[in-house]
Amino acid sequence: MIRHLRLPQLSWRFIPVWQRNYLVWKKLAIPSILGNLADPMLYMLGLGYGLGSLLPDVGGMPYLTFLAAGTVAYSTMNAATFEVLYSSFSRMHVQRTWDAILNAPMTLDDVMLGELTWAVAKSLLSGVAILAVIWGLGLYGNFWMTLWIIPVVALVGFCFGGLGLVMNAVSPSYDFFLYYFTLVITPMVLLCGVFFPVSQLPLPVQAVSAWLPLTHAIDLARPLVVGSVPDNIALHVAGLLIYGSAGYVIALALTRKRLLK
Amino acid sequence: MLKVHGLIKKYGDTEVVRGIDLHVRRGECFGLLGPNGAGKTTTLRLLLGLIEPDAGTIELAGIAVPQHAREARMKVGVVPQMDNLDPDFSVRENLLAYGRYFGMDKAAVAARVPALLEFAGLASKADAQIAQLSGGMKRRLTLARALVHDPDILFLDEPTTGLDPQARHLIWQGLRRLINAGKTIVLTTHFMDEAERLVDRLAILDHGRVMTEGAPRALIESHIEPAVVEVYGEGLEDWTRLHASQVCQRFESVGETLFCYTDDADRVIDALKQAPALRYVHRPSSLEDVFLKLTGRDLRD
Repeated sequence: MIRHLRLPQLSWRFIPVWQRNYLVWKKLAIPSILGNLADPMLYMLGLGYGLGSLLPDVGGMPYLTFLAAGTVAYSTMNAATFEVLYSSFSRMHVQRTWDAILNAPMTLDDVMLGELTWAVAKSLLSGVAILAVIWGLGLYGNFWMTLWIIPVVALVGFCFGGLGLVMNAVSPSYDFFLYYFTLVITPMVLLCGVFFPVSQLPLPVQAVSAWLPLTHAIDLARPLVVGSVPDNIALHVAGLLIYGSAGYVIALALTRKRLLK
Repeated sequence: MLKVHGLIKKYGDTEVVRGIDLHVRRGECFGLLGPNGAGKTTTLRLLLGLIEPDAGTIELAGIAVPQHAREARMKVGVVPQMDNLDPDFSVRENLLAYGRYFGMDKAAVAARVPALLEFAGLASKADAQIAQLSGGMKRRLTLARALVHDPDILFLDEPTTGLDPQARHLIWQGLRRLINAGKTIVLTTHFMDEAERLVDRLAILDHGRVMTEGAPRALIESHIEPAVVEVYGEGLEDWTRLHASQVCQRFESVGETLFCYTDDADRVIDALKQAPALRYVHRPSSLEDVFLKLTGRDLRD
């Protein structure tokens, strides 16, 4: 294990890997976009209008706005997670695409950085699509402030891309990913303020929630939607960066152990 | 072109590669033969710098591996044991994408694609999807992909396993063209006929060691009597007891067959006339006999 623990050697050689994923995606772009985006949008609009009409202001804003801000973070998280779980796993384990690339002058560090940055790109697409709906429906407080959501979305993609790669590294099969969704992703969606304010939760649960990456994401995105400056920006940005980087480093060590033996 | 000295690789307490020395000259076709689990694939992965040895030195195309594995891999093309073509790309796109991993720009790869497709006999399949290709076509495309950056040396891990005879012959023709063009080739195989046909020299590996090394004919001459008579049928046991040690230089009973190694096959065949129920095959000794003598007849899994 020791020899697999070297720190990542980052280089621009990840670009051909990113490009490979982009070129494949481009072939199926339309169905892929619809598949990725329709689901969160339907939930957001359905619950936002349906449930929202029964509710007073939530967290000081109309429920649809509240939910839209949560959905930006939530759908970004999902886009990154699905990409590095199912798609990366296909490329690594099923199609052996990574093996082929590793026979060229490329390292696993390059391959996984390519996968991570591709997950960021998919997240951007997903987050910006929700943002476009927010713009279209006029759910924002200040248009210029909402532009800051774009880098936030990239950061959220980085965070969950890195974390998901750890699952990819240890998974024996596609079925294994269900554990990650049931035990990590779904609880996080319920604990981090996507559908209702964290303040509704019991205090000990709120304390846990404060440590979760999706909370950092939502604490940045929601104020930006309504047009105010988020509190504790440095803390939230650092939180997302640390989760994502730690994920990438650990995933790299585990994947080296898995493939380079 | 390739110098390996004292190579050792351990997994836990098990030594999988136990002190291998190899020397492959430029323009040579070198074979690594061995039963399953002999350490062939591990050796290839060590040579590419994908895994690090516990001891020993490797110099590939004049470059130290694994210290400068990336630079060394610029000069090597690899045909892996299992096909790993990119199923999301067409035939042409596979070559284009693979060239980019070597840092080649699109125009440089695109300029090489027609010749590579012609070499692989896939010129009419440029836009086909990978799933539409036969096993032989996939292998040829994998070979063409390994040549995309015009490497000096090629590593092939069991290049014809799983192919039908027609497809194997096509691969062999391709490899001969590459040898004639001056490429250095290192291939692993457990097909003896493949080794006898293609390689200039070979090493037989077993249990992580080189058992012997040399040109195919020289190995046969130095390890094995020139002829083999394989005898089987009713009454074999009696015949073996009465005659085998007198007419064979060396013999081996394997299941229901007697392998009789000799430099005077006529004498063996004369002795066989006394037992008309026995059937036999008389043939010149081959690399397979050397292989089985050195690595034994036990199954490896």
